[in-house]
Order: sequence, then C-alpha cells, then structure tokens
Amino acid sequence: MGRDDLVISARSIFLNKGNRRKFSLFTLIILSIIVLSLEYFKTGPINQFRSVTKDAVFKTSYIISLPFLTLKNTYYGVSDLLKIHEENKQLKIIDLNMDELKFQNQFLKEENRRLNALIEEKNLFSNNYHLTKILLDQNSPYLRSILINKGFKHEIKIGSAVKNGSYFIGKVVGVNYLTSRVLLINDLNSKIPVIIEPNGISAIVAGNGSKFNGDIEYLPEKNQVEEGHIVYTSGADGIISPGIPIGKITIIDSKKFVKFFVDFDQIKYVKVYFKK
Amino acid sequence: MSLFANRIYSKTITSLPTLILFLVVILGLNISIIYKNYDFIINFSYIIVFFWSLKKPEHLGYGLIFFAGIINDVVQSLPIGISCLDYLLLSAIGAFIRNRSIMYNLIYDWISFFIAILIVGSVNYIILITIFKIPIVYESLILGLFVTFLIYPIFFKIFVWIDNMVLIKENDKKNR
Repeated sequence: MGRDDLVISARSIFLNKGNRRKFSLFTLIILSIIVLSLEYFKTGPINQFRSVTKDAVFKTSYIISLPFLTLKNTYYGVSDLLKIHEENKQLKIIDLNMDELKFQNQFLKEENRRLNALIEEKNLFSNNYHLTKILLDQNSPYLRSILINKGFKHEIKIGSAVKNGSYFIGKVVGVNYLTSRVLLINDLNSKIPVIIEPNGISAIVAGNGSKFNGDIEYLPEKNQVEEGHIVYTSGADGIISPGIPIGKITIIDSKKFVKFFVDFDQIKYVKVYFKK
Repeated sequence: MSLFANRIYSKTITSLPTLILFLVVILGLNISIIYKNYDFIINFSYIIVFFWSLKKPEHLGYGLIFFAGIINDVVQSLPIGISCLDYLLLSAIGAFIRNRSIMYNLIYDWISFFIAILIVGSVNYIILITIFKIPIVYESLILGLFVTFLIYPIFFKIFVWIDNMVLIKENDKKNR
C-alpha cells in the first residue's frame, strides 16, 4: 500500500460525510474527546447539565425497559411464589417461638438505649428514609450499581446508606436532580467498615464483583471468626448507621468471605436514608 | 397488507440496525458473565457497530453511533464520551477495511473484527485506567473481548439475513 493511497483512504474515511450524513467521522471523534474532557468539571453549570441529561436518559431507559422488566418480574414473581409455598410448608412444622424472640429483642433494645444514655452516646445517624423504586440495574463489569428514583430534590446525599428490607446493600455515589446511583456492596470499589458478631471483631467488607460473596479485609491475624457469624455495618465511617446486617461468614478453601443476605438480582425497591 | 402498514413495516426493517443498537445500549443488553471469579461483558454493541460500518454504513449513521455511545456511557455510568470514542474508532476501522478490500468473507471480517476490538479495547483501557483511574480487571476485559470475538460469526449470519431483508424492501420501494 502506497503512502498516497493511505492518505487518500484516511481522508475519505475521516473527512467525507457521505450520503445522508450530517457529520464527518473526524468531527464526531473530536466532539467525543471534548465531551470526555468535560468530565473534568465536577461542579457548576456543566455538572448541572450533565445531571439533567442523565436524568432524561435514565427515565427514557426506564420507560423503554418497562415491558422487559414486567417479563423479568413476572418470572421472578412466579418462582418466588413457588419458593414461598415450599417455605410455608416447612415453617408450619417448625416452632419458631416468635413471642419469646420478640420480647428478647425488645429487652435488648431497651437495655441498649439505657446504656447509650449512660455513656451519653448521641445518635448521629438518620432514621428518615425514602422507599424508592429501582430504575435500572446495570451489570457492568466496571460498576455494580443500581439507579434509584430519588435525587437531590429528595435530599439524598452522596454516602447515604441504602437497604433492601432490613439488609444493607450499598451507598449512594452519584446524585442527580431526580435520580441517584447506588454503588452496591459487591462492587470492586466498595469498602464498608463492618463488625463481626458475636465477638465484635472490626474489619472491612470489600466487593469483588461476585453477587454472592464479598471479601473480608483487615481481619486480625488471630481472630475467632467462624462460619455462620453475622456481619453488620459498624458505622465507623460516620455516615452509615451501625448494626445493619450485611451477611454471614462463609469459609471457602479456608478463606473467609461474607455471604450476602440479599439476592442482588431480585431487588425491586430499596430504602435510601437521608438527613433532614 | 394496507399501504400504511406496509410503509411502517418497510421503515422498521430499514431502521433495524439502528433500532437494535439503541435497544442494546438503552436496555444495557450487553451480557455480563461471571466465570471463575472473572466478571466479563459480551459487547454486542461492538459487533453491531463494526458489522454495519463495514457492510452497510448507510444504515447506521455516525451521528447515531455517537448518540448511542453517549446513552451507553450514561446507562453504564462510564465517563461520558468514552463509548462514543470506542464506537467511532470501530466505525473508522470498519470503513478503512471497506475501503481497502475487494472481496468480503466471514473469515476476513472475523479477523478484522479481532484486530479492531483489540485496538478499541486498548484505547478504552488506557483512558479509563490512566485518566479516570477506574479499576478494571485486565483479565476480565481481555476475556470479554475474546468472547465477543468468538460470537461474531453468529451475529454475522443474523445481520446478513437482516441485510437481505432490508435489500428486498429497498428493491420493492424502487420498483413501486
């Protein structure tokens, strides 16, 4: 291939608009680079514009995905129903002593409240939450995240804890006007300070991309963590409330992991906490 | 079929490549798979953009590709502009191969696609790692690209079939 041929080819590819085309490839590549460089601006009008654009895309994406979501939800609904039926059969046989557990829980709560008052512990964490729908859940290998239908209009802030039922699933990492992005606990970037009970051992739960198990980091060398111990948030970061259950310890090939309580594929609604 | 229904059908068929690309990016249909602790993604959008840029660029405009990239970035929470750059680079490579080749066949296209996604994957990796400091597992990226490369022939056959449908509709329009 001659040099002239190459130049002619390149010119034809990058500069020719061709039939029914408004932009040349070169113009659009330059535009992409400009758009990419705008990521540098994290505040001001560019950020506001980005936030509005993201809201618009998320809402459109949600509307278009509605028929597919309905199908998916129907499938999971039916399989859940079958599971519940089986579970119900088994639960009828087991005597759970619910009343006893309820009184025990009440007693522990009261005791905890009294002890906190004794050491003048102030509750810095908020109990206000929005129950919100998930707009989109993305399975990108770069980011395990979900999009929720609440944004800074609803007083959501970066770092807010997000729960599914009673279990911790992640924290808010991006807030738009009407929507927010929640980084799930199983994401590679997620690091959550935790406490492992019953021995009260502090550690960090780090995501590894798996939707079943998370890694445990900074465990003391001589620890008494055993299979089945429960992992709770410790609240050491000052943002996420302590005592939210995350999962239980499981040992695979003599390495300790946290087996999450939540099935990340089946989250439809979440609670997102905010401070007034 | 009535004239109106026929026109709608014809319009849908000729816009199929665009519709497929937008459905893939809007719904995030790029499948994520976990295999032996490696989480990788099969990038259908790469196949769509490359195939149509190589075979029938008139069915998938550069402006639409750029717009699809923006949507993909927003949905996947990537830095906005990175997918546009990826898709446009793929289009450029597709257009270059189209300019330089006389005969087309599956094997030639397949190898070209492999080279194209390696280039695009490298650009993507370098930008995300060095500029945006997004931690990407290198093995996952390579595995994803390799699986995308492996499934290319299946989509090649499907798209050739779609292309034939488009061709029939266009000929119908001309003969009317």
